[in-house]
Amino acid sequence: MTETSITRRRRKELVIGALLLGGLALLPLPIHDVYTRNLIIITVMFAGLAQAWNILGGYCGQISLSHALYFGVGAYVSTLLLTRLGVPPTIGMWAGGALGGLMALLVGWPCFRLSGHYYAIATVVVGEIGYLLVLNWDWVGGATGINIPYVRSIGDSWVWLQFRTAKLPYHYAALAFASAAWLVAWLIEGSRWGFVWRAVKDDPVAARSLAVRIFPSKMAAAAISGALTGIGGAIYAQYVGYIDPDSVLYGQLSILIPLPAVLGGVGTLWGPLVGAAVLIPLSELTRSYIGGSGRGVDLMIYGALIILVALARPQGLVSLLGVRVRAPAGADDVAAA
Amino acid sequence: MSPLLEVDRVSKSFGGVAANVEISFDVREGEILGLIGPNGAGKTSLFNSISGEVEPDSGEVRLSGRRISGLRPEQCSLLGIARTFQVVRSFDSMTVLENVMVGAYARLYRTRAAMARAMETLAFTGLAGRADTLAHSLTPAEKRRLEVARALATGPRVLLLDEMLTGLTPVEALSGVQLIRDVRARGVTVMMVEHVMEVLLPLVDRAVVLDLGRVLTIGAPQEVVRNPQVIRAYLGDRYGAEGVGGAPSPFPPPARGGGNSG
Repeated sequence: MTETSITRRRRKELVIGALLLGGLALLPLPIHDVYTRNLIIITVMFAGLAQAWNILGGYCGQISLSHALYFGVGAYVSTLLLTRLGVPPTIGMWAGGALGGLMALLVGWPCFRLSGHYYAIATVVVGEIGYLLVLNWDWVGGATGINIPYVRSIGDSWVWLQFRTAKLPYHYAALAFASAAWLVAWLIEGSRWGFVWRAVKDDPVAARSLAVRIFPSKMAAAAISGALTGIGGAIYAQYVGYIDPDSVLYGQLSILIPLPAVLGGVGTLWGPLVGAAVLIPLSELTRSYIGGSGRGVDLMIYGALIILVALARPQGLVSLLGVRVRAPAGADDVAAA
Repeated sequence: MSPLLEVDRVSKSFGGVAANVEISFDVREGEILGLIGPNGAGKTSLFNSISGEVEPDSGEVRLSGRRISGLRPEQCSLLGIARTFQVVRSFDSMTVLENVMVGAYARLYRTRAAMARAMETLAFTGLAGRADTLAHSLTPAEKRRLEVARALATGPRVLLLDEMLTGLTPVEALSGVQLIRDVRARGVTVMMVEHVMEVLLPLVDRAVVLDLGRVLTIGAPQEVVRNPQVIRAYLGDRYGAEGVGGAPSPFPPPARGGGNSG
C-alpha cells in the first residue's frame, strides 16, 4: 500500500526536476552574448512567476489577474528596505514575499466572495488601484520610480545581490527562485492542500460535502502564491536595478505572469516551465525581428501564435510531452440524472 | 435504541413553493432507510437540509441528539454526514484515487494515511482497478460508485445516497444494491432516495414516503406499498386497482389499455 502510482510518479518528477535544474545551471556557461543571457534569465524568471501564479490560478482554480500587485509589492518592499534602511535584498526579499502574501490575503478577503469571472474582474480592478496608488505616492518614488544604486564600497556581492557587469549570478538567482517555486508546487501536489485545492477548483459543492473549507483553502493558496510572486519581484528589482510602477506594477504584467502557465498547462507541474520556455523567447524573437517594422505587428503575430497553441492544445503544451493530461474541469458534464 | 438521526418538523420553502412541510422521522443506527416519493415530493430538498447545503426554515435535524441543521456542509461532514449527489459531482481533472483521497483527507492529514485509506475504500467499492483513471472518463455507473467511495472515505456515520441507482442498467443496479448492503455491513447507516422501486423495496428496512413536501407514511416497505394513499399519490390510480396485495414490485405491468379506475 505504500507504493502507489502517485508516489512513483512523484519520485520521477523529482528526478526530472533535478536533471532540468542541472541542465539550466549549465545552459548559460557557453553563451557569452549578453542579449541571450538576458533572455534566458527572463525566461527562467517567468517560469518561476508563472509557477507561483499556478498555485492559486492553476491548482486552486482562482483566475487571479492581480499578480502584478504582489510582484510590485515584493519589488518595492525589498527596494525600499535597501535604499532607505540599508537592508540587504537577500533579507529584504523575504519581507517582500511576506508582504506580497499579505497583500494577496487582503485582496482575497473580499474577492474570494465572488466566483468565476466576477472574481477575475475584481482582481483586475484591485491591481489597477495598486498601480495608481503607487504612481501617486511620492514617498515611494511616485511615477519616477526608485533607482537601486550600485554600492561601490560593497562591490559585487551575493548578499546584496549586486553584480556590476556579470549576468551569470542573476541567472542563478532567477534559477534558485524558479526552482523554489517548482519545489513548492511539487510539495503542494503531494499534500493535503494540493488535493483540497484541486477539489475546490473542480467542484466546490462536492468539496464542501467532503469537509473541505472553501474560503480558507483559497486564502492559503493566495498567500503562498502571492508570497512567491513577491520574492520574484524582489529578485527582479535587483536584476534590473530600477523600478517604477510601469515596470513592476502595470496591468499587463498581470496577464504576462499567468500566460506561460495557461499556455503550458494550467494546474500542472511542468506547464509554467514549458510555457515560459516557449513564450518568452517567442515574444523576444517576434519583437526583435519584426518589432521595428511598425507598431504592434510583432504583438499581433505573437498573439496569433498564442491563439493557435490554445486552439490546438487546450490542455496546454505539456500534453505534447506525453505528460498525463488532465481534462479541463466540466468537460464532460453528462448529467445522468 | 435512540435514533442516530432525527428529522424534527423540518420545513423549507423556496420562494412560494413549500418543498418540505413539517417533516419528521428518525433514522435508526445501522438501518437502511428509503426515502421515496414522486418527483417534486421534496426528497432532495430534505437531503440538502440534512447535509447542510440549505438551512431549514423551521424545525431541526439532530445527529445523536446534537443539532446539525444550520451547520455548513463541511461541518456536517466532519460530524459524520456523507452524501452523494443526484447529478454526479466527481472531480473530473483528478484520478479516481485522488478523488477518494480528498474524502480521506477529511479526517486524515498525512498523505500516506489518506492514500492508504483511499486505496482501502477503492478496494471495498470495487474500483481498485480504476485507481489511476481520470474520473472524467469513468462510466456513469463507475462515477456513482466513485461518489460512494469518496463519501465513505470521510468516515461517515450516515451516508445519504441521492438516486445512486437511477439510470443504471439492471446489472449495474444489482451490484449497486450489493454495495449498499456492504456499506451497511460496515456499520454505516444508509438513507437513500431512489426511484427504482424494484431494487429499493427489498433493500431498505423502512421507507419514508413523501408527497408534495409532506410525510405520507413511514413503515416497512411491504406495508408502505400496500398503503392505498401511497399507491394513489406515488404510483397512480391504475396500480391501485390492480396491484394491491400483489407482487412486491409495485410498478404497473406494461401498458394495458384504459384502466383508470379508482
